[in-house]
Amino acid sequence: MTGWAHHLIILPILLPLLASAVMLAFDERRRTLKRLLSFLTMVALVAVSTALLWRVAGGSPDSPSGSYAYLLGNWPAPFGIVLVIDRLSAMMLLLTNVLGLTTLLYALARWDRSGPRFHPLFLLLLMGVNGAFLTGDIFNLFVFFEVLLAASYGLILHGSGTERTSASLHYITINIAASLLFLTGIAIIYSVTGTLNIADLALRIPAIARADLALFESGAAVLGVAFLIKAGIWPLSFWLPRTYAAAAPPVAAMFAIMSKVGIYVILRLSSALLGADAGGAAGFADEWLRFAGLATMAFGIIGILSVRQLTGIAGYYVLVSSGILLTSIGIGGQALIAATLFYLVSSTLAVGALYLIIEPVERNADEEDMIAGIAEPVFDDEYVGAPEGEESEIGVVIPGTIAILGGGFIFCALLLSGLPPLSGFIAKFAIIDALFRHDRISGLDVALIALMILSGLAAMVAMTRAGIDLLWTPGEDSPSRLSIIEVGPIGLLLAVCVGLMVMAGPAMRYFDQTAAALADPAIYIEAVLSAPRAGADAGAAAR
Amino acid sequence: MEIVLALAIGTLTASGLWLLFRPRTFQVILGLSLLAYAVNLFILAAGRIRTDAPPVVARDAASDPALYADPLPQALVLTAIVISFATTALLLVVLLASRGLTGTDHVDGEDGDQ
Repeated sequence: MTGWAHHLIILPILLPLLASAVMLAFDERRRTLKRLLSFLTMVALVAVSTALLWRVAGGSPDSPSGSYAYLLGNWPAPFGIVLVIDRLSAMMLLLTNVLGLTTLLYALARWDRSGPRFHPLFLLLLMGVNGAFLTGDIFNLFVFFEVLLAASYGLILHGSGTERTSASLHYITINIAASLLFLTGIAIIYSVTGTLNIADLALRIPAIARADLALFESGAAVLGVAFLIKAGIWPLSFWLPRTYAAAAPPVAAMFAIMSKVGIYVILRLSSALLGADAGGAAGFADEWLRFAGLATMAFGIIGILSVRQLTGIAGYYVLVSSGILLTSIGIGGQALIAATLFYLVSSTLAVGALYLIIEPVERNADEEDMIAGIAEPVFDDEYVGAPEGEESEIGVVIPGTIAILGGGFIFCALLLSGLPPLSGFIAKFAIIDALFRHDRISGLDVALIALMILSGLAAMVAMTRAGIDLLWTPGEDSPSRLSIIEVGPIGLLLAVCVGLMVMAGPAMRYFDQTAAALADPAIYIEAVLSAPRAGADAGAAAR
Repeated sequence: MEIVLALAIGTLTASGLWLLFRPRTFQVILGLSLLAYAVNLFILAAGRIRTDAPPVVARDAASDPALYADPLPQALVLTAIVISFATTALLLVVLLASRGLTGTDHVDGEDGDQ
């Protein structure tokens, strides 16, 4: 990546930051302007992350490994702040921004008016998530985590209401406590190694003296707990279903990617810092990840069967998918990690689509069945100075509401439970296939396979039950109106899942390369530490 | 010096944790603030404790790193202070909103023993 294209790396952070800053300067009532601005920003973000993925996947003569570092402020790598893009982060960026674009479109239908300043908060959330995927040192990771958390605190309160406020009280408290753990972990690691740059850490960890190893491991463990809270691992996950259920649907759909940020960091740090080359500290956390992951899955399965509301099912499904991902990361192995990445993408899109479809599906239901959080009145006086009589601008109302909703719902159910032929099935099949390729199939592998199949069954049962309740049972009230701007995004997300199914071959090849790059941290380290400074060699000639 | 700092961090952490697990929202906020102080001191300690040593290298001084305190943890602490201050302020607003909406200052929005 040379010339101007190199600066693409920082755009996923800069674009949403600038757009939300500009938006704050305008009156909140200039809605069309804000919508247009955030829509254009999201389209640009998707374009940028596609371009980044393209470049990273293609490889080029100057960096065949497909990893690039961007030196902010042009300081050499271990001293300055550095952004890194490689296959894993490019893939996560595209996933985030596609989910962000569709969620934003959905929110334009009406949710962005249920409270003030939705658009700036939404874009700041994306900035935080994108930054967390791009950053190359753990303290900036903390900063971007705080950016995304601060935005999410605002978004979880979006739409107000008692349930949201008291759920967010728990959510904010837990996340502040997790951030303090995060800082503690960073401090311990810094005191042992003297660096915070991930690539530099990876070089220094094998050289840690035996006496300091326990200190380093406890630092890494404290740090890991902070991410595992975000990912929703079992004993630390009780806040998650309630919070996600209380959030407004577009916000909940974005939260589907936030639990994956925790997973991403675990994957990134455990492969770069605690991989096979890490000397004494190698893989010390794997055992914990495996069993905690299995416990999370079991808890999620019981949870899915125990709740009747769709939002609850979706929340517990987030836990199940976190459990599958963490267990697979704990078991490790290139083929399994590749399959896990496929599952990560597929399950994030599916959960996002489910959160979006829940609200239109339940809008038809009898009032008393509706969930407190979701059924909050949308057009209350929260919105200061909203012009009256603009409801007809929402868009074209489409016929055949029930057929479309039912179709989308079945689609989601198939994706979540992992039935053929959709991408959920391919992902789970790939994981099981990778497990069977082990020379000796351990009890742990069997447990993972069994729980994964059980979770599919549980999701199927729960979704069928909810589907019969909400869609099949004839109700007195006529189905509500459904605008095309609400159906479109759901369709788009499901279409991406179909695309993932059709293109499973190329996608799997990409994930294989990603897993190979993760298994060899030397590629990442080399890309960061040997990143050329701008103007160091070509500067004189350019002038 | 080490023992004073260690005792301070330990006391703050213990009090913070105790308050964090109390049922009233205001106690929880105080607990989080105390924990944040403890963590900030801890970060400072992570850079090795030095007294009477400047963190910023003077322009004309000999560049012997042993003469200076580690500046990085001090920069990290500044960032951490700002962030924890902002999030605590936000939590305070949510606390007030929750108190107004539910009519109680219990963390669950309802008093369990009623």
